[in-house]
Amino acid sequence: MYESLVEITGLEIFAAFVSAAMPVAFLVPFVIIAVYLERKVSAHMQDRLGPMRVGYHGLLQTIADFFKLIQKEDIVAEGIDKKFFNFAPFLVFAGSYAVYAALPFSSKYIGSETDLGIFYIIAISGLVVAGILMAGWTSNNKYSLYGAMRSAAQIISYEIPTALVILSIIMWTGTMSLATMSEMQTAYFWNWNILGGPEWGITKFVLIPFLLVAFIILYVSTLAEVNRTPFDMPEAESELVAGYHTEYSGMKFAMFFLAEYGNMFAVSAIVSVIFFGGYQSPFGYLGNTLGIEWLVPFEQVFWFAAKGIFFVFVQMWLRWTLPRVRVDQLMTICWKYLIPYSFVNLLVIGIITLL
Amino acid sequence: MALKTEELVLNMGPQHPSTHGVLRLEVQLEGELVTKVTPHLGYLHRCFEKHAEAMTYPQVIPYTDRMDYLASMYNNFGYVIGVEKMLGIQVPERVEYIRIIMGELQRIASHMVALGTYGLDIGAFTPFLYLFRDREKILTLFEITCGARLLYNYMWVGGLSHDLHPDFERLTREFISYFRPNIDELNNLLTYNKIFVERTANIGVLPKETAINYGITGPNLRASGLKYDLRRNDPYSIYDRFDFEIPVGEGLVGTVGDCWDRFYVRVLEMEQSLKIVEQALNQLPEGDINEALPKRVKPPKGSIYQRVENPKGELGYFIISDGTVNPFRVKVRAPSFVNLAILNELSKGHLVADIIAILGSLDIVLGEIDR
Repeated sequence: MYESLVEITGLEIFAAFVSAAMPVAFLVPFVIIAVYLERKVSAHMQDRLGPMRVGYHGLLQTIADFFKLIQKEDIVAEGIDKKFFNFAPFLVFAGSYAVYAALPFSSKYIGSETDLGIFYIIAISGLVVAGILMAGWTSNNKYSLYGAMRSAAQIISYEIPTALVILSIIMWTGTMSLATMSEMQTAYFWNWNILGGPEWGITKFVLIPFLLVAFIILYVSTLAEVNRTPFDMPEAESELVAGYHTEYSGMKFAMFFLAEYGNMFAVSAIVSVIFFGGYQSPFGYLGNTLGIEWLVPFEQVFWFAAKGIFFVFVQMWLRWTLPRVRVDQLMTICWKYLIPYSFVNLLVIGIITLL
Repeated sequence: MALKTEELVLNMGPQHPSTHGVLRLEVQLEGELVTKVTPHLGYLHRCFEKHAEAMTYPQVIPYTDRMDYLASMYNNFGYVIGVEKMLGIQVPERVEYIRIIMGELQRIASHMVALGTYGLDIGAFTPFLYLFRDREKILTLFEITCGARLLYNYMWVGGLSHDLHPDFERLTREFISYFRPNIDELNNLLTYNKIFVERTANIGVLPKETAINYGITGPNLRASGLKYDLRRNDPYSIYDRFDFEIPVGEGLVGTVGDCWDRFYVRVLEMEQSLKIVEQALNQLPEGDINEALPKRVKPPKGSIYQRVENPKGELGYFIISDGTVNPFRVKVRAPSFVNLAILNELSKGHLVADIIAILGSLDIVLGEIDR
């Protein structure tokens, strides 16, 4: 995208700006829909209707809420380190938005075509921890502090199994670029990584159980990384009120909210790229069959979004079904189960790849 | 140089999502470990006992509604049978049966709130709304009977405010057959959930001796393994005519007397209450409910201590009469108040998250604690 824009316009700044702004065009509508979806999904799971008043079946509810949040007074309590307090929500959002740079929305659009896509994502999402810690610490509130400390411990711990699983996939596919990874799982759904990848042979079937385990580990740990139930320790509302964003109001709170939903989609997209073919359609493209070539990238965006939203839906599903684990149990799950299993998995996938 | 360290004092409430009302907990923490919990009461104090001295006997009944507002029927129940005993009134059979039906439906409704909010404390949102959906049906039953949904003022000295609605019996039977399978659903969704069990089993274990020493009553005591229920041990009204069991904690997934047991005993009690309601409906006699209503409630000089098994535990009314139309003193032994006293004992050495789990499992209602 960036390169082709440079070629067309000859303006590097313009090209950089446009390709950086593209995900916003996706993210903001996504968040609006996802918040609506969350309320509707939870409502229907709980035998109620959810928002029904604003627009048809409450479709405009999120937009109304958004305007409400903008109008809210920006409360800054006494004894707060204002500089960092104001900066933290933007840092959190920046961390979650930066991930979108390396997500391949289609074969034609990727914010930045770096070869280190997945490592870049793991590294840059660390910014979120810094932002959360900053928010919790500067809020001068004990609940915020607890939330932030828990969050930092949780995200850092769960990055290990995430990285190990991703490492095993990188070892096997031989690429760190998410675009290449999606490219490899082309054509039909039996070529997806979860089903042993595009190469036919005995290894494909031997690998499937281990890839399944890898998928489960990755999904659980990404769930923990974005602080969703059952791992929503940092904002465990029955204990810590609202965790690290207890003291925030108005637009700054909306930033945290935006970052949370942005993160939800980002991790779902990563899971879908690594295991479920990313933007690839599960059964061929309409554009190819009809001979309309420009249709293909749009179809790819559709499949990419659909897969991502499916995993977001699963996250919501889990949230409204499961209770919350305790903070020490959370660490136990990570250090005693996920990390050893992912190490074994790494070893096995490594050996199979070598053979 | 040694770093200066001190314990963190965390102030939970009165504005906190899971203190179940306006309770303030002063929690001393060593990291995330709890060293001491001090409950501070009084945010909902409305001088019920003092008010009662200026009221006539029937006028006190609406005030009893407002104590344990989740079990108003049962609060009425205890008070009116106390006053009836002082007056020496024998109420008609039909009134007795209706009181039992209302009381047991109220017990189910109260336990629904307890179980639902407990799920909420642990982080499970959905069971809470399922239980509230079903509680709504009980409230509808109360509403068609007496017009009120929360504060009923239904049981009067010597009778009831209204007779049953013609549809009441049919609707109640429908509710019973509707709600029985939902208990299994609740068990599958929450009670046996792995995460829920991990959170509640072996947490806040209350041994039988400690429970007795602290005067704990109700489901909290029975969860510790003691079969003590006033409906059996000190029968009042016509409870001796019904066939029901008294569930006790068995430590199915952990130790006897842990949070999970306290939760599960309430689930089992709902089933028993359904059984009692069913039997009472089958035996319900016809008759005039207003037969025994006294013209004037003026008990002779003396005092009485009447205790009943409220959903939360032993609810006792100590009523002193000086022979006038106003009670000289009405002292209430509120089960939640006594049960809350154990909190510090149970919470020591647990994590912050466990305080919430323990407090929720005690099932307190602040309206009753502060009165």
